Amino acid sequence: MEHIPLNFPFLAAALLVGISFYIIIFKKNLIKLIMGIAMLASGVNLFLVSLGYRAGGVAPIYTDVPEGPMVLSVPQALTLTSIVINVAVLALMLTMVIRIYRHTGSLDSEKSRKMKG
Amino acid sequence: MLSKIVRTVANQLILFILVFGLYVIAHGHITPGGGFQGGAVIVSGVVMLLVAFSSHELKKSLRERTLSIVESSGAIIFAVLAFAGIGTVFFYNFLVGTPIFGGVPDPGPGPGNIWTGGVIPLMNFAVGLKVIAGLSAVVLAIALFSSGEEVEE
Amino acid sequence: MRQVIGLIVLLVLVVFLVSGVLLIHPFGYPDASDMDDYIIENAQEETGSNNVVAAVLFDYRGLDTLGEATILFTAVTGVLLLLRTLKRKEESS
Repeated sequence: MEHIPLNFPFLAAALLVGISFYIIIFKKNLIKLIMGIAMLASGVNLFLVSLGYRAGGVAPIYTDVPEGPMVLSVPQALTLTSIVINVAVLALMLTMVIRIYRHTGSLDSEKSRKMKG
Repeated sequence: MLSKIVRTVANQLILFILVFGLYVIAHGHITPGGGFQGGAVIVSGVVMLLVAFSSHELKKSLRERTLSIVESSGAIIFAVLAFAGIGTVFFYNFLVGTPIFGGVPDPGPGPGNIWTGGVIPLMNFAVGLKVIAGLSAVVLAIALFSSGEEVEE
Repeated sequence: MRQVIGLIVLLVLVVFLVSGVLLIHPFGYPDASDMDDYIIENAQEETGSNNVVAAVLFDYRGLDTLGEATILFTAVTGVLLLLRTLKRKEESS
């Protein structure tokens, strides 16, 4: 039973989420904000998949499967659902940015904050 | 619209992409894959056609009314299959043991049989239709809006 | 002033995330896997499919897939609603 030091895949997912928090707090360009949200989604999906891994495991499908214990199957189904939902939300955000650019003419988030009539 | 070589190659390649996408959707209960993954493969083929021919040409073949009807029918078929086994519980697999897609595979590893799975292959087709029509409409709408201001009914 | 508050919030969040990650179960040896063991054992005779992930998505957890299909439908409707240009407004002005 050899353990991976520092739980390295979980640490990589936490670093992805941390970098995306920095982008969302400090950047002002709208396209960079959308990229930060997409990076946040990738970090969460990586964390969800690597939670259900068994050491020396194989994929949970019974057709021509090699020897070994099977990995947990419920986190993989939840990650599929999460990926599809992130695609839908990203499409909606990008069309809103297109409309904001047509209306105000700039991609700065400070200029399109005040609500005018 | 790109050059004649690109248009000819895209016309020939769309057939293989369509066959591969339908294979991934139809064998969703034996091999890795299913409705969402196969739908994404076919939508990538539609995006290739959108790049080779301009969006002005593609608007004549993929009308918005057809795409809307296909997506709604996919959602309705999924809901009807979910409600059909309401006698026992919601989402009950009522086709296991009957001649339509019934059949239980042998326990343990082995080659798969396509006439198994109960209600799962039918749900795969419904979700595949929904994903194809929905994402094609979104990609076509964004391409049409940012190239020319056309009236969309 | 706003930069200082942002920096403090970021530092607190990152320390919380990293310390939380080092305290859960070691990678590769999950300890609470009773539900998944039951599903891997009995998926072939109860649902009749070789693919356990498809059986979980459409049979054991079908309600989540129904909610996801609804979200896809709503997002497509929202996008097609936002990208409309009406020509009647230019003719009347």
